[in-house]
Amino acid sequence: MKEGRSRGFYVLSAFFAAYVLFLYGPMLAIYILSFQGPQGGLTFPMNGASLFWFTKLTQGTGIVDLGAAFRRSLALGFVVMALTVVLSVAAGMAFRRKFRAQSILFYSAIASLIVPSIITSLGISLEFRIVDDLIKAHWNDSFETSMGLFTSGLGAHLTWTLPFGLLIMFAIFNRFDPRLEEAARDLGATPWQTFRHVVLPIILPSVIGIGLFGFTLSWDELARSSQAIGPVNTLPLELQGLTTTVTKPDIYALGTVISAVSFAVITLALGAIHLINKRQAAKGSDAGKGLV
Amino acid sequence: MPGPVPGIDGARAFQPRATPADRARALLRPGFSPSFISWLQAGPMMLVFLAFFLVPLVFVVIVSFWDYNEYQLLPAFSGRGYTDTFEGCIAKLPELCTIGRTYLKTLELCFLVWAITLFIGFWVAYFLAFHVTSKTWQMGLSLLCTIPFWTSNVIRMIAWIPLLGRNGLVNSALVDIGLVKQPVEWLLYSEFSVVLALVHLFTFFMVVPIFNSMIRIDKALIEAAYDAGASGFQTLVNVVIPLAKPGIVIGSIFVITIVMGDFITIGVMGGQQIAAAGKIIETRLNALQFPAAAANAVILLAITFLIISMMSRIVDIRKEL
Repeated sequence: MKEGRSRGFYVLSAFFAAYVLFLYGPMLAIYILSFQGPQGGLTFPMNGASLFWFTKLTQGTGIVDLGAAFRRSLALGFVVMALTVVLSVAAGMAFRRKFRAQSILFYSAIASLIVPSIITSLGISLEFRIVDDLIKAHWNDSFETSMGLFTSGLGAHLTWTLPFGLLIMFAIFNRFDPRLEEAARDLGATPWQTFRHVVLPIILPSVIGIGLFGFTLSWDELARSSQAIGPVNTLPLELQGLTTTVTKPDIYALGTVISAVSFAVITLALGAIHLINKRQAAKGSDAGKGLV
Repeated sequence: MPGPVPGIDGARAFQPRATPADRARALLRPGFSPSFISWLQAGPMMLVFLAFFLVPLVFVVIVSFWDYNEYQLLPAFSGRGYTDTFEGCIAKLPELCTIGRTYLKTLELCFLVWAITLFIGFWVAYFLAFHVTSKTWQMGLSLLCTIPFWTSNVIRMIAWIPLLGRNGLVNSALVDIGLVKQPVEWLLYSEFSVVLALVHLFTFFMVVPIFNSMIRIDKALIEAAYDAGASGFQTLVNVVIPLAKPGIVIGSIFVITIVMGDFITIGVMGGQQIAAAGKIIETRLNALQFPAAAANAVILLAITFLIISMMSRIVDIRKEL
């Protein structure tokens, strides 16, 4: 804006730094505290350093089978991720031309994002309960429930991840140059070839971003799962249950493990995006290389 | 929101500007009209929203008018879900009944969190959009703000325990420097910690839309304001804030709707002691009183939509995305 650094710059830099500290400080505290010694408590100071609480975690805390919940959440997260990517890219392509029901889909997505999660969760659970009752009354009275991780739970998670996916697709196609597709078409590519060899490689970094949102939002999802997950719990639900009963650092150890998965996925995704961008920068354009 | 992009699929054979390639394409795809393809592409997502969002909402409304006993839903018309919710509201006048007090408390929390997230979000976005000039730095710092959003909310809540607890860092520091004799009790499991955690979790929803609005502001406008003799403050009030308004409104809608329906943060950080609109629904559900829960959900939905429709009068959301 102006030459040199104004006083405003330094004030706002300090403000921003404080905000980042506010964001990360508390999280760092529990990562550190999860390495408490066996005698350590929920607060500082550290009482020695050990992996005691992590090993305690693998032995299970009482009645809760954390290992099983971990595997369930991981599986659900990957399925949600895959579906979010495929459905969002497909719907994003559809939005590039007018079609009927366009605004219905758009407003459904926005509403799904901002209607309080507990209401969506309650609605899904009522829907499945009523279906269950119908099945019990008319077909099979020993039927238990159709609610479950990959029925009602999956649906609940998708209502949360798909709006993000769709909005990212809008952002992508807002700055997409359609002449590239026209060129492919003029060279005789079929619509599928155009998509597969021209559009997809260009939007791939952002598509990985959609996958990142899909997995992490599902991995940590709580409010929508609360009523709609069915008989078995996901890992965040188990963690929330533990907040009221556990008074030892194993809850921090669990938090550290859950975060480690998040950070691993974030690193992988960002790394992949970075690599693809670099490749695109290196090979994507032959400008300035003369006529070949 | 992208409209139809000229040149893509919009140019059909009967339009004057159809190229030979367009015609060839039409031949390659006999029977697949563009609208059929659109349906194929958008249909799956539409079906998910239909099955897991729109139909469930209809069920919430229907069940809110059902009857219930201690064990089960009774599919017969009844206003009990609502009358139970508003029990004693008229008799107690002019004092507020439980539901009235709960909603008042929720709105109060909402307002506090909204004001704080707006302040922080605005200045963080302002810093990123106007003071960070290198694209790489802008990306990096935005990412820094986004990463916590990809991690667990519950963990970010319990992360406050070692800081705010009775023997936490803040209390020991306060005692050490002699500001207080006894550890302060209201730091954790209180309204204070609820507001703090909500701000901590959801300022992100304010930063992103405001940043998006600000980054689109033509820097020349700000130069022009300076050249015309406007002070920094005048530029802020008369140029930046009006142009960032869409982002401010969208961010506000996000934050307000999240806080209105929240029951997890208020539960965990309030030590399950603070009543709020979302908590009522959860309590009713735990008691298996589904129609009463549904009735409360309908009320919450109505109030939320009232707030959104008031706010979206200020700005056309669809145009901004």
